[in-house]
Amino acid sequence: MNEQIKFIQGNEACVEGALYAGLEFFAGYPITPSTEIAELLSQLLPQKGGKFIQMEDEIASMCAIIGASLTGHKVMTATSGPGFSLKQEAIGYACMAEIPCVIVNVQRGGPSTGNPTHVSQGDVNQARWGTHGDHAIIALTASNHQDVFAITVDAFNLAETYRTPVVLLFDEVVGHMREKLVVPEKGEIAIVDRLRTSVGKGVDYHPYLPREDGRLPMSDFGGDHRYNVTGLFHDMWGFPSNDPKVVKDLLHHLVDKIETNVNIISRYKEHYLEDAEYIMISYGSSARSAIHMARHRREKGEKIGVLELQSLWPFPEAVVREKCAGAKAVIVVEMNMGQVMRQVKACVDRPETVFLANRIDGKLITPTNIKGILRVIQGRGV
Amino acid sequence: MAIKDYLRERFFPHMWCPGCGHGTVLNTLLRAVEDLGLNKNDIVMTSGIGCSARISGYVDFHSLHTIHGRALAFATGVKLSRPELTLLVPMGDGDALAIGGNHFIHAARRNIDITAIVMNNRIYGMTGGQYSPLSGPGKKATTAPYKTIDNQFDVVELSKAAGASFVARTTTYHVQEAIEIFKKAITHKGFSVVEILTQCPTHYGRKNKEGDAVNMLEIYRDTTAKVGSKALTENPALLGRGIFVDKDTPEYCEEYEKIIQLAMREVA
Ligand SMILES: Cc1ncc(C[n+]2csc(CCOP(=O)(O)OP(=O)(O)O)c2C)c(N)n1
Ligand code: SF4
Repeated sequence: MNEQIKFIQGNEACVEGALYAGLEFFAGYPITPSTEIAELLSQLLPQKGGKFIQMEDEIASMCAIIGASLTGHKVMTATSGPGFSLKQEAIGYACMAEIPCVIVNVQRGGPSTGNPTHVSQGDVNQARWGTHGDHAIIALTASNHQDVFAITVDAFNLAETYRTPVVLLFDEVVGHMREKLVVPEKGEIAIVDRLRTSVGKGVDYHPYLPREDGRLPMSDFGGDHRYNVTGLFHDMWGFPSNDPKVVKDLLHHLVDKIETNVNIISRYKEHYLEDAEYIMISYGSSARSAIHMARHRREKGEKIGVLELQSLWPFPEAVVREKCAGAKAVIVVEMNMGQVMRQVKACVDRPETVFLANRIDGKLITPTNIKGILRVIQGRGV
Repeated sequence: MAIKDYLRERFFPHMWCPGCGHGTVLNTLLRAVEDLGLNKNDIVMTSGIGCSARISGYVDFHSLHTIHGRALAFATGVKLSRPELTLLVPMGDGDALAIGGNHFIHAARRNIDITAIVMNNRIYGMTGGQYSPLSGPGKKATTAPYKTIDNQFDVVELSKAAGASFVARTTTYHVQEAIEIFKKAITHKGFSVVEILTQCPTHYGRKNKEGDAVNMLEIYRDTTAKVGSKALTENPALLGRGIFVDKDTPEYCEEYEKIIQLAMREVA
């Protein structure tokens, strides 16, 4: 039993979650602050008969996991800002060809080489729009190790359910901080396995013909069905097509399969939210400070709470609008120049009540930082 | 099995220009697969982007048509995750050695059991005739209206230096030789490189006044010679054809299998 309680880094919690979800293949390239994920998997994966490979760069790592996913394996890569930029073209390929895979981005300060060893949440928009063209994507995040574990399992489950790349947007503080993790027993968290076609040998298999429920059963490369996978617009056979109807229908399918399921995909936690007049919206390590602040102020009788987002894309608009409906003010607490704040403003009924409490200097935003901004909003002076 | 059984007829007509050498590459490659009696379900063809890369759509194997330059990286994921599969990776010269050059040398260095086919037409066909890292100096291209000044890679020397354990060169003129070379490359355990000179009459031929496809094939006949031949020794200006490297060195997936055994023993 004791073995199941660990005192580890967030990056290690992510590894534990990935293995629990059934990770079998990892390809990566070292980059701070994500490197521990690769290091640990190089040790643990072969112990389970899985495969680890250090590729020549992040582009190759992304491509390799897509190849390995097609042979029927659960796959992951991990990186940080500069590497995440390099992966974008291949992430778009995974969107287009509908290949399940998980991409971890332990965020550091950017742009460019930026601030490798310091915290930031500046890649929220890149996770959404990093690759070119219209598309949809799922991006998840977490603020503590228990949640890092669970959300990582979730990422694999959603990747399989929707046949899509899923981005795990962690940050340097969560990645490197040490805290307790209780690894759940096998079976405690449900695992979604690869949905494979029931079409038998010799019978036509249409790799891109959705079932009635919208899902696309897969067939492993090396199995009975030989089909084409391409990044070009393609028909139900996987054959390239520029027929306007095929192009339009496919784009709608790729976007709708995720956007219309936003309510199912949305993940969030409520902290002291009932009757809250002031609502902080936060995620990742900045949510820790927001929660700390709220707890403290509640003790003093102030009606303040936190809506902690665990899914950032598709943006949980309905949840945010509903939870913030009665708030006097909404304060988005994040470590960038307002990437989530702009989403919040766009979906609440009274955007003029939305404020930003941020820090962009590579340091974790503190409860005191937030408190200062709150005082201004409340008109209590600086 | 007849050659037709290796093709996806639904995919035809193909997109190549009349006289393009890429069809000959497809033909010789499929004849090699046929001669070897390989099972279609065991073959994965991975390609990037270019006229050459379209080859993967026409074959009735598991086919993965990917992004420009990265075919070998995708192939590495397929192969390492399922080493029992046979990986064929046809690439254009730009695909393989400009944008994909880094993946090329690293796949060779790992000696992972993949057959890489460099379909060398010395030009970017698909984008309309720009120079490639295999054009060499003194050539005409749409991005070299005066002439190219860039030196070219020697695919054979580069592959050797990078660690490929099988390296060969042939041309679309020498079809029987090409079939035999493909057979050896595919059966070879380790990273195999086959450079096949293939004519692009539409862009390279026209820009460089090499005439039509027939003329270009005759140039392959007249400017190349078999390795070890008298002609090649007497005239070093000729380009060597044949097998340059064929050696046994540890293969990546087999070596990784040993790592798994080691790791498993450690936890036991
Ligand atoms: C990232 C990226 N850059 C550029 C292109 C445009 N592009 C498509 S094919 C190609 C070159 C094709 O030349 P080659 O690989 O030699 O193959 P060929 O068409 O001659 O057979 C280029 C530059 C692309 N598709 N993707
Ligand atoms: S442009 Fe050149 S390489 Fe492309 S199909 Fe035509 S002849 Fe072949």
